[in-house]
Amino acid sequence: MSSDLFPPADTPSPADNSRRSFLKQSGGILGLALAPPLVSQAERLTAYSKVVAGTTEFTLRVNGQARTVRAEPRVTLLDALRERLDLTGTKKGCDHGQCGACTVHIDGQRTLACLSLAVMQQGKEITTIEGLAQGTELHPMQAAFIKHDGFQCGYCTPGQIMSGVACVREGHADTDDQAREWMSGNLCRCGAYPNILAAVREVAGQPSKG
Amino acid sequence: MDNEPQFFETNAAPGVVGQPLSRVDGWAKVTGQARYSAEYNQLPGLVHAVLKTSDVAKGRVTSIDTSAAQRQPGVLAIFTHENLPKLAKTPNNPDDRKAFASSPMSFFPMASDQVHYAGQPVAMVVADTLEHAQYAATLLKVNIAAEVPVSSYLDPKATSYVPKNVKGTAGVTKRGDAQAAFRSAPVQLTATYHHATNHHNPMEPGATTAHWEAPDRLTVYDTTQGVSETQKTLAAMLGLATEQVRVVTKYLGGGFGCKAWVWPHVVLAPLAAKAVGRPVKLVLTRPQQFTGMGHREEQEQTLRLGATKEGKLLGIVHEKTSTTSPWDDYAETNSRIINMLYALPAFESTYHLAKASVMTSTSTRAPGDMPGSFAIECSMDDLAYQLGLDPIQVRLLNYAEKDATNGHPWSSKSLKQCYARGAELFGWSKRNPKNGQTRQGKLLVGYGMATASYPVHNSVGNARVRLYADGRAVVQAGATDLGTGTYTIITQVAADALGVPPENVRFELGDTILPTTQWSGGSTAAGRVSSSVYLAAQEVWQKLIKAAVMDKKSPLYGAKAADVVMEKGRLQLKADPGKGEAFGEVMKRASLSDVEGTAQGRYGSVYKEPGATADANMNKEEKEAAAGYSMHAFGTHFCEVHVDPELGTVRVARWVSVMSAGRILNPKTARSQVIGGAIFGIGSALMEQTVRDPNLARYTNADLASYHVPVNADIPNMTVDFIDEHDPHVNAMGVKGIGEISIVGVTAAVANAVFHATGRRLRSLPMTPDKVLEALRQPA
Repeated sequence: MSSDLFPPADTPSPADNSRRSFLKQSGGILGLALAPPLVSQAERLTAYSKVVAGTTEFTLRVNGQARTVRAEPRVTLLDALRERLDLTGTKKGCDHGQCGACTVHIDGQRTLACLSLAVMQQGKEITTIEGLAQGTELHPMQAAFIKHDGFQCGYCTPGQIMSGVACVREGHADTDDQAREWMSGNLCRCGAYPNILAAVREVAGQPSKG
Repeated sequence: MDNEPQFFETNAAPGVVGQPLSRVDGWAKVTGQARYSAEYNQLPGLVHAVLKTSDVAKGRVTSIDTSAAQRQPGVLAIFTHENLPKLAKTPNNPDDRKAFASSPMSFFPMASDQVHYAGQPVAMVVADTLEHAQYAATLLKVNIAAEVPVSSYLDPKATSYVPKNVKGTAGVTKRGDAQAAFRSAPVQLTATYHHATNHHNPMEPGATTAHWEAPDRLTVYDTTQGVSETQKTLAAMLGLATEQVRVVTKYLGGGFGCKAWVWPHVVLAPLAAKAVGRPVKLVLTRPQQFTGMGHREEQEQTLRLGATKEGKLLGIVHEKTSTTSPWDDYAETNSRIINMLYALPAFESTYHLAKASVMTSTSTRAPGDMPGSFAIECSMDDLAYQLGLDPIQVRLLNYAEKDATNGHPWSSKSLKQCYARGAELFGWSKRNPKNGQTRQGKLLVGYGMATASYPVHNSVGNARVRLYADGRAVVQAGATDLGTGTYTIITQVAADALGVPPENVRFELGDTILPTTQWSGGSTAAGRVSSSVYLAAQEVWQKLIKAAVMDKKSPLYGAKAADVVMEKGRLQLKADPGKGEAFGEVMKRASLSDVEGTAQGRYGSVYKEPGATADANMNKEEKEAAAGYSMHAFGTHFCEVHVDPELGTVRVARWVSVMSAGRILNPKTARSQVIGGAIFGIGSALMEQTVRDPNLARYTNADLASYHVPVNADIPNMTVDFIDEHDPHVNAMGVKGIGEISIVGVTAAVANAVFHATGRRLRSLPMTPDKVLEALRQPA
């Protein structure tokens, strides 16, 4: 296995938007005096939404537009997109960060929307599958998925495409093996993997050799 | 019927059928615009239902305290067995079940206090938001008086029995005297094969959105492979007429057999919607998916194979033991493929079942043929090694020139060409005939192959074609597209049948307001729907030809209708193609904005003998006897594996599949189906297993982190090829399905390659590293 499958040690870790870390932080907020480093985090949250309990109104920037969401703090970004904003292109396959179907970009980083709380995404740039094409002109990754038949049922496809775009941008699609590895967080039960690989590698500028 | 036109005759010139057209639904799928069944958010007042399921596998619900949940904001209703509205007809009643087209098991939960399996719904919360419903469900206090469950046929408490029937196949079948043939055979091989429980796990979980538009009008957006079957079954259960229920499935996120049936949640959503007076969306969580829509049962098979010293089969005795639910005698019918795959003079098969505290298992991609092929194709490999024959040679030696089960000729069979083409593409000739001899660095390298086959199941359905004078067309059939490419291939067929470009055709499916057609399952949809659309187009031509020959202004005026043909959208004389005109001209003069045709398409032995399905008691063999042909698709898989002798890991390094399945409508989508089936099978071969706790009879790994399905890094590039086949007996299009044959033989091809690599035969699936290492510790 070649070493390019794994990131060098100095690669910055993706922004942490997870539900898990939010819960840790919430716990911290309760004991502010004991945990001074968390104050800034609490302030950052309250700066956008004064109340973080119960249903509140807050603004998310999705696909370049400011969208108002009314939701409780426990609402995930995935459910906010699908159930509140009717952006159903982002799919729910497991709701536990195990399948990748809900992959979106937050500030350009691929992120699992099911493990992200909507209220924590204020002030960030969220891109979903609906925001990838420029009008009727498909993003090259979307066009490559159609060309290489990178899907059958289409349910994992938005997540695969969002991962694929990020994978190329991250520089993780330079070899077939590397792209396979870095696309392995997105499950496809129809088994379109060779075709997904072909699409990602084509967009990366090097056709798949197999 | 012999007087019906066939695509071969009317469309001899190449068209768009057979071309690798990109998916017509591709744009909707890559932009997120395709709406799946849980995504109809615009319904007025839509609310959410969440199921509460049992942690206990067997017992009785003694009480459910709903008070805390009831107090939660947004909660609209809580249903338990005590207040769930009664069904008009219930799966629990055998007489009622006769009215159902699609009932997967003879039990409906929440109809009583009984708990029969872990994960069984015991309550349902309806609330204004998903979060309110989810949280309230966690506050329900369900008390169950637990009893000791039976976990599987392997449980010492389980009692095994031989059922009268499993899925329409007798519990015991005999053809010739296989026991005697085995006993007197010079070469005798006996082997037992084990299979873990597998789950379909389509990426889209089961989901039902129910909307009562009026007290007698229900629309259901459901994850179903068959809108008509779901419509009929739901109507019967809810006490409605069939036409009062509309079922819509425009996009389906995979099915693989589990979405072929009306499972409990499909009925619970409309019950809840009626009670709260608002549309209700009910989506299974991923863990609920493991106990909500069936599974492929854990099973073992023992195959006793007798052969001559030259390697010719004399007889096979097959026994299968598997787990079923407390109410149903369900088993995949593994014996079918073992009985028919080779020129086998004698066969005997016995099914053993044991009832356990599980839901009924269900159809899973190539039910029966998939696990059955593991047994027969590994044993054939054993036979080849034992006699020093090439694995392909031993299969050719036993090549079935006709169907040994009924003596009928095949409607078409190109298996020899598949072997030859597969061997060529794979480089089979480079294989070292001795096993355990090939290495690449420290890795053990093995080549394996196996045969695939899948039967043609009879099916019928209707379609409507409307051709407009401007050359555009709307084509309709209430079929479903599981991702298999139905949208695309039917667009291609309609384009050629109508002589218009595919971009002029809009094909609508997935709705019971469209012409009725059967489910997408058993690899029937391509053959059936394409035939009905093709024949509906012929009706359009007949109407237009009739109009032309009666029209004084037409160059065809006065010609006999039978002498006029359609060629690429032009009506012309058969004998004098120069004499004719475009169909638009005929329509313009007759002031026809459009012309409609409808037809019934038939797939399988009902194609030539429509009466064959009239007798419901007739089994598949009898139906085929009526038609005079046995109908199957055939193919081969070849694979190379690399086994790490230190870690016990098996990686598939190369894959070649060659299929013969009649006319291939679209090689691009067909290739995707074949690699998809192979990957599904690789998962089953190497990693997929759902584990039930032997004491609690509860799944221990009901999620996608611990139920391992293949990921991109598990899969090499794959080569797929098709042998073109002309089959005039199977349907008007000459098409056989390929969704299921693509998984048949896959687990055996991998196991045979592992045997070639290591010299060790692994007969227990999945072949996980622990099993590989254990095998490597044993002498070769």
